[in-house]
This record gives sequence, C-alpha cells and structure tokens, in this order.
Amino acid sequence: MLAGWMPQSVSTFGGKIDHVVYLVFYIVGFFFLLTEGLLIYFALSSRRKRPRRAHYNRGDTPREAAWILVPALVILGLDLGIDSAGHRAWELEKSARPASAIEIKVVAKQFNWEFTYAGPDGKLGTADDVVVENELHVPLGKVVRLSLNSEDVIHSLWIPNFRLKQDVVPGRAIPAWFEATKAGTYEIACSELCGFGHYSMRGTVVVQTEQDYSKWMNDNVLHAANSSSAGQ
Amino acid sequence: MGAGVERIPVVAETDHLREIPPGKMAIWVFLASEILVFGGLITAFVLYQFAHGGFSADAAHVKWRFGAFNTLVLVTSSMTMIRALASARANDRARTQMFLLLTVLLGCAFLGVKTFEYSSEMREGFYPSSGMFWSFYFGMTGLHALHMMAGIAINLMLLIAVTRELPWEFLRRRIEYGGLYWHFVDVVWIFLFPLLYLT
Amino acid sequence: MNVAIKPHPHASHELGFIRRYIFSTDHKVIAKQYLGLSAVMAIIGGFSAYIIRWQLAWPETSVPGWGPIGPDQYNAIVTMHGTVMVFFVAMPFLLGGFGNYLIPLMVGADDMAFPRLNAMSFWTQLLASSVLIASMFAPEGPAASGWTAYTPLSDNPVYTGVYLGQDLWILASALEFGAFLMGGVNFITTALNLRAPGMTLMRLPLFVWMEITAAVVFLLSVGPLIAAAIMLLLDRRLGTSFFRPDKGGDPLLWEHLFWFFGHPEVYVVALPGFGIMLEVMPVFARKPIFGYKMIVYSTIAVGLLSFVVWAHHMFVSGMDPRLATPFSITTIMISVPFAIIVFAMIATLWRSSIRFTAPMLFAIGGLASFLIGGVTGIFLGSQASDIYMHGTYFVVAHFHYTMFPVTFFGGMAGLYFWFPKMFGRTMNETWGKIHFWFSFFLFNGVFIPLFLVGIGGQPRRIYELSSYDMFKPLQSLHVIATVCAIGLFLVQIPFVVNLFYSMVHGKVAEKNPWHSNTLEWTLDSPPHHLNFPTPPRVYRDPYEYSVPDLTEDWLPQDQPPAIPATSAAR
Ligand code: HEA
Ligand code: HEA
Ligand code: CUA
Ligand SMILES: [Cu+2]
Repeated sequence: MLAGWMPQSVSTFGGKIDHVVYLVFYIVGFFFLLTEGLLIYFALSSRRKRPRRAHYNRGDTPREAAWILVPALVILGLDLGIDSAGHRAWELEKSARPASAIEIKVVAKQFNWEFTYAGPDGKLGTADDVVVENELHVPLGKVVRLSLNSEDVIHSLWIPNFRLKQDVVPGRAIPAWFEATKAGTYEIACSELCGFGHYSMRGTVVVQTEQDYSKWMNDNVLHAANSSSAGQ
Repeated sequence: MGAGVERIPVVAETDHLREIPPGKMAIWVFLASEILVFGGLITAFVLYQFAHGGFSADAAHVKWRFGAFNTLVLVTSSMTMIRALASARANDRARTQMFLLLTVLLGCAFLGVKTFEYSSEMREGFYPSSGMFWSFYFGMTGLHALHMMAGIAINLMLLIAVTRELPWEFLRRRIEYGGLYWHFVDVVWIFLFPLLYLT
Repeated sequence: MNVAIKPHPHASHELGFIRRYIFSTDHKVIAKQYLGLSAVMAIIGGFSAYIIRWQLAWPETSVPGWGPIGPDQYNAIVTMHGTVMVFFVAMPFLLGGFGNYLIPLMVGADDMAFPRLNAMSFWTQLLASSVLIASMFAPEGPAASGWTAYTPLSDNPVYTGVYLGQDLWILASALEFGAFLMGGVNFITTALNLRAPGMTLMRLPLFVWMEITAAVVFLLSVGPLIAAAIMLLLDRRLGTSFFRPDKGGDPLLWEHLFWFFGHPEVYVVALPGFGIMLEVMPVFARKPIFGYKMIVYSTIAVGLLSFVVWAHHMFVSGMDPRLATPFSITTIMISVPFAIIVFAMIATLWRSSIRFTAPMLFAIGGLASFLIGGVTGIFLGSQASDIYMHGTYFVVAHFHYTMFPVTFFGGMAGLYFWFPKMFGRTMNETWGKIHFWFSFFLFNGVFIPLFLVGIGGQPRRIYELSSYDMFKPLQSLHVIATVCAIGLFLVQIPFVVNLFYSMVHGKVAEKNPWHSNTLEWTLDSPPHHLNFPTPPRVYRDPYEYSVPDLTEDWLPQDQPPAIPATSAAR
C-alpha cells in the first residue's frame, strides 16, 4: 500500500528501511483500526434514542483496569519489537562503515552541491582533486563513502531512492555511505531549510555500470585533472 | 441513598500540600525553572569544554582573585540575608533594616567589582566576541549580574516595606521569599566561579 | 501578589469599568482577554496558512488578497505561521484561556493565587504578540528561518538577509515564555494550594490535572531555551560564538536546547486539549470516566517521558548515531501512556448514553483525528523509518494531525461547552454541528493528501516543487489539500458569526445547562467576581454520572451526601 507512493528503492539498505516502515505500518495500522473502530462503535451504539441510563462503571477495579492495561502491555512489547527492528536497519545505514575504494567529499552551500573526486593520485584533499557541481556519479554495486561538509548553514542530503538522508552541518565532516543496486539517474533534494534557495537546491546522482563509470571518470575527472595540471 | 454513591469515601483525608503557603510554593516552582536556565548554560559550557579539550589558555586571563573576592562577598551577603530574616522573626525592626541594607550594599559591591573586572578584561582586548570561552564568560556572568540587579531591587523593596512598618506577618513571609531568591543567585555564582575562574 | 489580605467579597462592585474589564485581575476576565488575543492571532495564523496553501497549489499565480510571493517571503510566512500557531494561538487558547478560566472555578478557589501576576502574564503576552506582529513590518521582513530557528541560519543574518526581524522574533518568543512562566507558577500554586476543602488531588477534574502537568512540563523545559535565546541574541548582536561554527561554536547545541524544550512543548499543547475532551465526554455520555487514576498516572508518565525523547527530532542531524536507539525506545514508549489515556476515553463511551451535542462531536472528532497523528508519530519515532520521513511532509501531516485536533477540535469542544458559563448564553447547536462536520471532513481533506506527499518524499518548507521531477506528480495532492483548506477557512465564518450572535442573542443559559458535576456549574452563568459566594465543600469524585439508585443521573461534587435519593436534584 505504501509501496505505491514511495519511490523505488535502489540501495542495499533501502529494503531494510522500507521493511521497518512496513512493520510500523502494520502494527500501528492494526491498533489504529481497532481503536478507531471501537470508538465509532461505542459512540454509535450508545447514542441516546430514548431516555436510557448509562451503565455506571468507573473502571477502577483491577478486573476492569485489565481491559486497558493488558492491551497497553501488548503495545509495550510491540514497541520494543519496532525498536529492535529499527535498531538493526539504523546500524546498517548509520553506524556501519563498509570498506570502500570510492570516497567522495560532498560540500553543501547556499544553494548547491559540490562533489569532490580524488584526482589521479587517488587521494582527496590534494591539488589534483576535481569538483563536479550538482551531479554525483557513482558505480553500480560498489560501496561509495561520502564525507559531508557545509560551507555555511545546515543542509540535508536527501536521496529518496536510496533511503539516505543525512544533515550536513557546518564545522563537522559527517560520514555517510551507500551502495546502489540499479543504474539510472536519481534526484538529490535538500531537506533542511537553508535559506531562500532551499526549494531549488537540487542535485542528481547518476548510477552507472562499471564501464560507463570508468569512462566518465576518465573523461571528467582524470582527464580534467591532467589538463588543469598541464595548463599550469 | 444508594450503595453506589458511598463507594467513594465522602470525607477527605488531610491534605498537606494545601498547608504550604502559596507564595512559598510559587517561589520554589519559579526557582526550579530558573535553575534550568543556568543549568542549560552550564551544561552547554561543560560539553564545549570537553569538545575543545579545555579552555585553560583563555581562562588564564580571568582574574581569579576578583572572582574569589566576589565569592566571599556573596557568601557574606547570604549570611546577612539570613540574619535579616532572623531579625524579622524576632520582630526587631532596626536590625532587619540594617541587615537588609547590608545585603544590598554587598550586592552592589559585587556588581562594582564585576564592572571593574569587565573593563579591565576589555582593556586587555577580551570581548564577548573573542571566542568560545569569552562568549560563555560574558554570557553567564552577565546573566548572573542581571539576576543580582533583580535581587538588589527586591531587597530594596523589602527594605522600604520594613521601613513603612507593614505587618510583621507579611514582612516575614516576603523576606523569606526574597531570601530564597537571593540564596539562589548566590548558589549560581558558587557554580560559576570554579567553572569559569578555576579551569 | 496578594498573599496577605483578600479584598472584601463585595469590593468588586466599586471597581470602575477600566479596573473591571481592562486592567482586571479577575481570572475570568483575564481568561477572556487571552481567548480574544488568541482569536486575533488565529486570524493571522489562519491567513498565513491560506497563503502557504495557495502558493503550494498554484505556485505560478499570485495569492488572491495578498499578491505574488517570492521564496524568501514564503520562508518568512511559514516561520510566522508556525510561531503564531504554537506560541500565540495554541498556548494562549488552551492554557491562557481555558486554564485561567477553569482552574480556579474547578478547584473551588475565589481567584488565582496571584491575581496581579496573572494580569501581568496577559499583558506580557499581549506585548509579545505585538512585538511579533511588529516584526512582520521589519525592513527586511520577519524571521525566515523556520519556527525552529536552526542555527547558523538564524544566527548569522547574512544567510537569510533578515536582521531586525529575527531579533524581534527572539524577543517575542522570550516574552511569551515569560508570560507563560508567570501563568504556570499561578496554575500550579492555585491548583495545589487553593483547593476547596474536600477537593483532594484524586478528586480534581482531569482538566486540572492536565493543565498543571502541562504547566510543570513547561516550567521545567523552558529554562534551557531561554538560555539558548539569550545566547542566540548575543551571537547576533554582541558577536559571541555559541552557535557559530566559523568561530568554534556548534549549531547542534541549538538543536539540543531547542528540542529539549520543543518536544515537551508539544505535550504542553496536547494535554490541555485532552483535558477538555475528558471533561466533555463524561458529561454527554452520562458516565463516569473509566479509570480516572490510570489517566492521572499516565498523564504524569507522559510528562516525565517527554523530557527524555527530544533527540527524536535529531536522528539524522549528525549527532552521535549511538544515541538514536535509546531515544527511539523512549519515544515509542510514550505510546503506552497515551494508549491508556485513549483506551480509557473510549471505554468511557462503552454502554453510555450519548447526546451528540456540538461539544461532544468536537471532542469525539478531536480524539478520532488525534489517533492518526499519534500513530504516525511512531513512524517518526522509529530511528530507521525516520531516516526516510524526517524533514518531509509526513512530519508536517503528523504534527497537524496532533496539534490541530487538540487546539481546534479540543478548543472548540471547550468553547461550545463552557460558552454558557462564560457568557450566560448558549451557542446555536445547529450551526455548531454544521461547523463540526464541515471542519472535520475538510481538515482530513487537507492533511491526508499531505501524508501521501510526505511518503512520496517531498521535503517541507519548499516554495514550489517544480525543480524536482520526482515530486511533480504530487502536485495534484497539493491542490486537493488547498481546496479543502480554503473550505476549512470558509466554514469558520459562520462559526464566528454564531459566536458573536450568541453572545448577544443566544438562549439565556441556566446555572448548569448540561447537568454537569464539577464546581464551575454550581455558580451563576457567568459567575461573579470572586466566584464562590460561600466557600464550596467537595464530597466526591468529579464524574459521578448515572449513579445507580438515584433519580437524577448526575451528582454534583459539592452536594452533601446525607440527602435522600429522591431530592438529589438541585
Ligand atoms: C500536540 C502535538 C504533538 C503530539 C501530541 C505529538 C506526539 C508524538 N510525536 Fe510528534 N511532533 C509534533 C507535535 C506533536 N507530536 C510537532 C509540532 C513536530 C514537528 C516539529 C517540527 O519539526 O517543526 C513533531 C515531530 C515529531 C517527530 C520528529 C520528526 C522529524 O522531524 O523527523 C517525532 C519523532 O519521533 C515525533 C513523534 C511523536 C510521537 C511518538 C508522539 C506520541 O506522543 C504519540 C502517542 C500517541 C499514540 C501512539 C496514539 C494512541 C495510541 C494507540 C492508538 C495505541 C496503538 C499504538 C501503537 C501500537 C504504537 N513527532
Ligand atoms: C497549532 C498549530 C497549527 C495549526 C492549527 C495549523 C493550521 C494549519 N496549517 Fe500549519 N504549521 C504549524 C502549526 C499549525 N498549523 C507549524 C508549527 C508549522 C511548521 C512551520 C515551520 O516549518 O517552521 C506549520 C506548517 C504548515 C505547512 C508547511 C509549510 C511548509 O513546510 O512549507 C502547511 C502547508 O500546508 C500548513 C498548513 C496549515 C493549514 C492549511 C492549517 C489550517 O488547518 C488552518 C485552519 C485554521 C484556522 C482558520 C483557524 C484556526 C483556529 C484555531 C486554531 C483556534 C481558534 C481560536 C479561537 C477562535 C479563540 N502549516
Ligand atoms: Cu540546502 Cu535546504
Ligand atoms: Cu517531539
């Protein structure tokens, strides 16, 4: 039911996140229908058609209270279930740091995204780094690690298809990672209010097969780095 | 009369909460939330200190001697405040006035020293904008100084009330509440002093 | 503060018009002033909602009655809408208005513990409202960094271009906190110390319990935000660097301090709304509250838990990821006490004898809508699914489904219910029911589509979504929401007419038109200055309806027990 509305999930942990969303959906959905149903049923069936006396009961004996406390205990148990399922998915996306060959520095600023690739020396933070504006190219099926930085205010890197969201806070470098499972072009949105251009702080992430990615790398990063160093 | 009605005991048990004078209740509730104002600042300061690995380089520039002297002044003023209440309880108008006046004077002395401190720090080039330590230093001591001013104003009003010979019953209660506030401001300083001067 | 001497009960007759109606210290007058002020602010809040909705549905057109708006103005309007609704409508309406009016009456006191402090609270709130309104006319416009004012966006004026507007926003908020600090001290003291003889804590009407829990929660959470507001102002004006990363500060500190208050704050709004529903339901169901004590303890549990959940607003903020699970556990655990309260309300209706009056409809409709808001909170409370939902319209829909039911449906239930007591006349029932049914369906029509927009991934605070291909299909949902929102605004017009018409021409109300048990209904409608001509004495719980063996189906709290059953009526 929710799946129709959520954009397709194309990252390795996306399914795990969706799984938690569904789990919550079914648990609270059940209780929601139950409470809403009882509310409507009790209300309508108690409608005063002719003068009728309500049933006097104060719900203060343990037996009566059990009608409420037992379901509440069940809810407590289910809550903990949601917590533990959520914990696993969270750990996977936010705490795990899978090894990776591709490291990209992301710089957010009013109002665009800068993606910095290591140049021919394979190291970030050197003179041959290449900056690509608003377009993140990544290979399919490879772990990509991001280091998120902001030049001004708080932004938030939001890639709905990857189920990846992470605020980008000035003054710290926040790590994030993903592994895409389907080639294609997906959108990046900024999901933290960052000023008047917040609404249009759009980027794209292009997931390419290994060959396409190498080709793009060659043409745009390695080559660009060469030409700029040649020009010096 | 049906059984249903009397299922609940009709006569109330004694109720101790109600015996607390409203003023006392109110001042405690108010102080609880005041504590959290400074609590928020102090927690933030301590966390920053951890994050920055200490502020000792900056803190070396504050004059701990002034701070220590001011601590002494405030502790003394808390004592005179207690004496004022004791004198009021003994219906001794002259001594109540004297101790209230002493408290006010000690408060002013504190502010005087503080002003001198501020100006000498600024002469050395330390302003609120001179970095994290100074942000906290000026922010916290400044807010504390505002509370001192309020305390002095309250004590002056109490002094006037005593001079106008309002009923003792009334004065005693007011002096007690004013005193609670004064002690609170004092205690805040007791926390600020080691945090800001002795790091 | 009037600790010492209470004026003679009949002194009020000598008060002039000004002392009586303008600079009054009577809690009932102050309550009405608060209601009036929040109604005025609700017009601003509602109008800003209209601008937001129009812009979102038809971004390429100019807003009728306002004009075209740009992205910076849009942010400013959203900020004003959030601030006005939470701090200047919901709180003054539910706490300043109903809390002030009812707490002294319900506990059997002549007035608040500190009537002059109470008056000062209102005047401070009026000043705060004026400052906020003034900020809308500041040279660069009002604050535009969201009602959450995240730093450094709100901290360094160059990021939004707003200078004075943001400072005035801080000032207005600080004054508002001051107003409710004074109010809160009064609420707690009055409800705990000025209770009539026999009014034990476990005989307090639940509304009073909820108001004092809300007041305690407010007082204990607002301190750090006051500190934060001072720090923000110092950052902006004196160049300190508390939240300025370029000078060693930390923006996340603001988020922690804001949400340490901000989360409890939502229960400060929710609890009084629930309190109203809990007063209205037993009266029209003619049945005692099911499990009074369970509700009291659950309320306290909600209050306590509310202090340890704040970081659920910050799961993806960049804080230490190891904090997420503990906060997720505490957050989702709040569903337990809330479930107890909700189940108890529903059980109260079981085998009752309901009269579906306007207040009862608003109470039931409010509960039914709140459930959606409550259960969608679980999606956000789960650290994993919040990665997806955070910052999207799902959050917007969630909090409107919680805030709107408690402020609007709860508030309206209270207004229709206590109107006869406040104004001595009754509101028109038929128009009340029309008001309810249209508001109910249109409200759901506004925010159900917005859930779907959120599930589609659209971020909030977006001026227009056409920059994104993936969100473009969601546009039609925005149009549905807007059409319903416009309908929702329009049905408030007959309500306002009904409100004012009934004040003058409504059916004259008796003392106790709904046959209710609590103390306020033993007084004239409206009650006189200094409330109780003779001090009331309380003999029993507040919800003794349909007690077996009595002819009448209600049994007021102050009715002495020895009277034979047949003459129980008064
Ligand atoms: C009246 C106001 C109100 C209330 C009562 C609530 C109640 C709750 N809220 Fe909400 N919330 C807001 C107002 C409110 N909220 C606002 C204003 C924001 C956004 C601020 C901003 O960013 O601008 C927000 C945002 C918000 C977030 C942050 C989202 C984000 O930005 O990422 C979260 C996350 O956990 C959350 C969770 C909850 C939970 C778990 C409850 C719980 O208390 C709900 C408990 C109730 C129930 C669960 C229903 C009754 C129980 C049952 C029917 C039993 C069945 C239940 C289960 C099986 C679980 N809320
Ligand atoms: C109590 C809180 C409250 C209420 C009632 C409302 C009511 C409404 N809100 Fe709002 N809203 C917020 C609190 C509230 N809102 C907050 C906190 C934000 C976040 C701001 C931010 O992001 O910074 C927000 C944001 C927000 C957005 C998101 C903007 C964005 O992210 O870009 C939208 C969009 O549709 C919206 C729409 C509406 C609509 C159509 C209504 C309609 O339902 C309005 C209809 C109501 C009326 C016309 C009058 C209401 C009357 C009363 C409440 C009581 C009346 C009292 C008396 C008569 C005495 N609101
Ligand atoms: Cu960047 Cu919003
Ligand atoms: Cu919250």
